[in-house]
This record gives sequence, structure tokens and C-alpha cells, in this order.
Amino acid sequence: MMDQDACRPTPGAPCPSGENNGRREFLGAAVAAVATALTGCGKLSKEEFLQHNFRELSKEEVLTVIERLEKEYKEKFGKDVKVANTPALPGVMFGYALDLSRCIGCRRCVHACVKENNQSRDPEIQWIRVLEMEKEEGVDLQHAEQYYNPAEVPREGHFYMPVQCQQCKKPPCVKVCPVGATWKEKDGIVVVDYNWCIGCRYCMAACPYGARHFNWGEPNLPSKDVNTDTHYLGNRPRAKGVVEKCTFCVQRTRKGLYTACVEVCPTGSRKFGNLLDKESEIRYVLENKRVFKFKEDLNTQPNFFYFYGV
Amino acid sequence: MTTLRNFSRFITDTLRMVTTGGPVYYLWVGFLLLLIAFGANAYIGQLHNGLLVTNMRDQVSWGFYIGNFTFLVGVAAAAIMLVIPAYIYDWEPIKEITILGEMLAISALVMCLGFVMVDIGRPDRFWHIMPLVGRLNWPQSMLAWDVLVLNAYLVLNYFVVTYLLYCAYTERHYVKKLVTPLVLLSIPMAVSIHTCTAYLYNGLASRPFWNSAILAPRFLASAFCSGPAILLILLQILRKTTKLSIKDEAIFKIAELMAYTMGFNLFLTAAESFKELYSGTEHMVYFQYLLFGLKGHNTLVPYAWASIIFGAIAFILFLVPKTRTNWVTLNIGCVLIYASVYIEKGMGLIIPGLTPDALGEIYVYTPSVTEISVAAGIFALGFLVFTLMLKAAVPMMLGEFTISRGKKGAQPAKSEGHA
Repeated sequence: MMDQDACRPTPGAPCPSGENNGRREFLGAAVAAVATALTGCGKLSKEEFLQHNFRELSKEEVLTVIERLEKEYKEKFGKDVKVANTPALPGVMFGYALDLSRCIGCRRCVHACVKENNQSRDPEIQWIRVLEMEKEEGVDLQHAEQYYNPAEVPREGHFYMPVQCQQCKKPPCVKVCPVGATWKEKDGIVVVDYNWCIGCRYCMAACPYGARHFNWGEPNLPSKDVNTDTHYLGNRPRAKGVVEKCTFCVQRTRKGLYTACVEVCPTGSRKFGNLLDKESEIRYVLENKRVFKFKEDLNTQPNFFYFYGV
Repeated sequence: MTTLRNFSRFITDTLRMVTTGGPVYYLWVGFLLLLIAFGANAYIGQLHNGLLVTNMRDQVSWGFYIGNFTFLVGVAAAAIMLVIPAYIYDWEPIKEITILGEMLAISALVMCLGFVMVDIGRPDRFWHIMPLVGRLNWPQSMLAWDVLVLNAYLVLNYFVVTYLLYCAYTERHYVKKLVTPLVLLSIPMAVSIHTCTAYLYNGLASRPFWNSAILAPRFLASAFCSGPAILLILLQILRKTTKLSIKDEAIFKIAELMAYTMGFNLFLTAAESFKELYSGTEHMVYFQYLLFGLKGHNTLVPYAWASIIFGAIAFILFLVPKTRTNWVTLNIGCVLIYASVYIEKGMGLIIPGLTPDALGEIYVYTPSVTEISVAAGIFALGFLVFTLMLKAAVPMMLGEFTISRGKKGAQPAKSEGHA
């Protein structure tokens, strides 16, 4: 099986876009003008500047915000991007299990995720990082390699451990955020309000899984690559200077679909489902396989499990 | 009503005072303004292109900016180094110079807030972090605590300095009942700003290098070395360039206190190193990266050892009474300890905390040209704030510049630069 490249961030690359933003022709409030200067790109509307935290918005305000966002995306990408705000379904707590004995390290999940979730393409932000481990060392981060690039995977003497957001029950990232821009939803998904995040990156320091990623430059998402089926708390296109992360494909899973990474995995290593549903596959794995939690000593209590299926 | 009129005179006279001076003063201020413009220009570039122009990346998500921030919080906290002996032991020679310590704290805090502001990805959303207006995640987030205590400390110091100077300007004695409690309050406040900043890192279980119980004590111990070091040099300069009389006794007393804090700081560093290196768990890798290099990456190694060696030499220079009371060795010691703590509490704290990263990757971080330029601008801003405050404060403290003299045309008493 052919291997696909992991993207290594390139320091010092110039911002590719940022010129084509003469869209906003006027600004009302003087504060907004100052704030606009602070964004350095001059495309901040008064409404966007004054928008409050998502959890404090009324239903009507949410709809207004979504309408504005859809209009902005239309102007930017020339496409009708739908921004949903489907709430968590009652009686659902999402869980994930990954079979380390099946994963072959092909990174199809990595790229399916990027495609589904509208990440910046260059530099490419990847929510899933696949670690190549030495069989003789077991799960040992000091012997892990993310930038493996052999002609064929799996490589002799190695196994693979994909890492993404573990959707912790006690997420340290949520605890440390100074402005409450990130929180845990009722179905267990840790989300970010990209319009409230100030970009301090404290959550990135707090996350033990390297699951949080920052838009160091203007996200470079070509119009042709935009996935128009989005969620406010999930894969809607992001702006420069904010943090993003895996949301268990909230735009899909709240509609009853699998996540993109589960769907694309050629080996069936990835299991996903409702932890509260006794008949679910995820419950089957928990009951019949022996699972472990990554860095369990930190007591983050992930809803993401690893197991050895065979 | 008179108070209001006097206060507005105080403001206008102060403004006139800081805008008039000799050629050295203008040259110095002009140089600082130039540096600020240089930094601002780099910052505009950063705003435009995003933090991509820094060398920070997902693996090392904090760098030079936050390192400088952390170091400067220590400088700000160290103002109490002078306040404690002055007010607890009522030791007169130091008392008159506490006001300088507080002005140093204000300047350091201005730089701290500057470094935080340039580090955040969305400065246009700064209001989100403001209490009441935004949504401060307090008491959960240590950063929220830090925002509160830093600003409170800034306001407190600013108020005390302004009040004392205003009293000197209006030729009245300050109300002791008001000042003493405030100055005493500034002692726990100073401890709290540095403790909060230490806890900010300390509370992250994901970063074993920071997740150590003695991090906050180490912060305080090192701050009590670096802050007074700046002041000692400053006091000597002020003695030479103004009529401000600062007794040798006061300087040597501070130097003696510094010897104790330096010894304690070295002891804490040794305690931490012993625990990590002797037990030799997986968590040792961060220390290894700092002190010996890891997998061929040893960017930090020379700096780390320079910090340790400078610290040890400075300790000896300050411990021995002969070298402590000799101006040459005293000043060498000041520079060495300053450099030592700058490395230790700046890059030496932030970078090994994040390298290797949470998934074991080593991303070698060194600040980019933009980061260094912006930092230079912020330092210049801090120096400018300090210079302007000194320019007005020194003649006021000397009684050369008061309201009655101000009425006679505000002849500036002294116009040399003091950089």
C-alpha cells in the first residue's frame, strides 16, 4: 500500500493570501476600526467584532450570526456554504476506539479529515497525527516518528498509532482557556468557538495529545476544495489566529453518519459510536477487547480508546 | 476644586518636564522612539501575515514573547525586594528609593502586557478577556487570574507612585495612613503576580518540565535576584547624573539581601535538577534537551550552562563582603545575575517545557527576525516609560520641581539624560 506524505510545517513561509479583502467598505464604530487595524487585514465587520460567546447567544442571534457567516463564505469562496448548528442529541455520548493491531499507517484518515474539515491546505493543518513506533519499544513517544516516509507501509518492525483529540471527560484545554472559547458539549465533543478564541494558545500548551492546532497564517483553503456541509462548532472555514481541533466530525456525527476517518479507514481499525447505546459497536469493543487510554496517568479520562483487536 | 486645579497643573507641568531636556536626553528618547517605530513596523507585518512570521509552530506554540513576558513579571515582582526591608524593618536609607522600585515595576508591567498583546493571535478580540465586558474564565483558568493580578498590581503601583509624586509636587507630606497600607498590600500582590505566572505553567500536567511543585518558589527566588540587579545599577547611575543622594549603605544592604536569594535560587535549581536526573524517568528528556541536548539537537545547551555558571559566579561575588562592596565586582555580579536569570526564566523555561512536544517530536525553535524586532520595540517602550517617569520624578523627589516653582515657568531643574 502506498504511503502518503505527512506535512511538516515550514517556518517562515509568507502568507499566501490576505490582499483580496477590500470587501468591507465601511466600518461603523471607531472601536471596530481600531480592532480592524489589529487584525492587519482590514476585513472585520462591526457585527463580527461585537459578536458574543456562542453559548451566550439567543436562538435568533445564532441565526443572524449564521446568516452573516454564510454570506461571508459565499463572497469568499463563491459557493453556498451551509453552516448548521445542530445541537447534541439527547442520550448520546460519543466514543471512539482504535485498533492498534490493524492500523497500517497509511494516513488515509489524515487526508480524509483534512478534506472533510476544511483545514488550511498550505501549510496543511492535520488534526490526526500518525506515530510510527518501534515494535521493540512499544508505545513510547521518545521512539515515535511522525515523518516516516517509506515506499510502503507498514514498515518491518514497526506499528502505527494515530493520535487525535481524545475528547477527554476532563479536558485540560477547556480548563485553561481564559475566555471560555472552548467547551465540552453534552455528547462529549470538545468544541471551539472560532469567533471567540483570542489565539493565546494556552490550550495548546495544556493538551497532552498535541491535538490542538493554530492558524499561524491566513488559512489557505482553495474554493474548489471547500466542503460546503459545515457546522458552526465544527468544520466551517476558520480565520487566521485561532485554534482548531478534531470535533469527531460534529457536522456528520450529529446527523447519524460516521466520522470521515472511520469511513475511509481501509483496515477497519477505527470504531465509533454511542457509548450510552448497549448495542453499539463501541460498546462491543469495550466489553470484548482490552482497551487502554493514552496517558491515563494524567487523568484526562478520554472518550477515545486504543485496543489490540487481534 | 483646588485639588483638581493642582492636579491638572501637576499633569501639565509633568508633561512639560518630560518634553524638555538636554541633548543627551533628546538623543536617548529619540533612539527609543526609533526602536519603537522599528518594532511597530515588524508588528504590522506580523498582524498582516499572522504569527506565521514568527518561528513558533504547533509543536513549540510559545516562544520568545512569552519568555520575555515571564522574565519581566519577575522584574515587576522584585520591586518588593526594596519595599520589604524599608517598611517591615523601617530602614530609612532604602525607604526613599522604593518609589524607584515601583516605577521599575510599572515599566516592567507595561512590557509584560505588550508581550502578551503581541503574542495573541487575535488582538482585535482583546475585550473578550476583560472582566464583565468579555467572558473571563475565572476562577478556572490561571491565565484569567494572571490578567486580574497583573492589572491590579499595575494600578496599585501606578496609584502609589502618582500620589507620592503629587504630594512632593504640591509640597505636602503624604498621608501615611493611606500610603503605608497600600505599600504593604503591594508585598503580597507582588508575590501573587509571580506565583500566578508560575502556576500558569505549573498547572499543566501535560508538560512535566513545568509541572513541578517548586516552580513558583523558583520563580520568586530568581526574581529577587534579577530585579534588584537592575535597580543597583540604576541607583548608581542616578547618583552620578542627578542630585539624588543614595547612600552606599543602601546599595550594599540590597546586595547582601541578593546574596541570600541567589544562594536560595541556586539551591532550588539544584534540587530540581537532582530530582529529575537522579530518578531518571522519562520526564528527564526536557532537562536533557536543556542541559545536554537531545538526539543531536543542542541549541539551548550553551545558554543553559552560561546561565548556571553566571549564576554561580554572581553568587560568590555577592556572598563575599569584599567583592560585594567593591563597585567593579558588584557591577559585574549584577550583569551576570541578570543574564543568568534572563536565560533561565525566559527561553530556558519556555522552550524545554515544550520540547520535545506532547507527542515526543523535537522542533528546534529559535526566534525569528520579526520576533526579535518586535521584542526590541517593546523593550524600548518599557525603557521610554521608565525614562519619562524618572525625568519628572527625580526633581520632584528632590523638591526641585514643585507647584510653586512650576508657577514661575517650570524651569526644569536638571536636564541630563540618565540612560
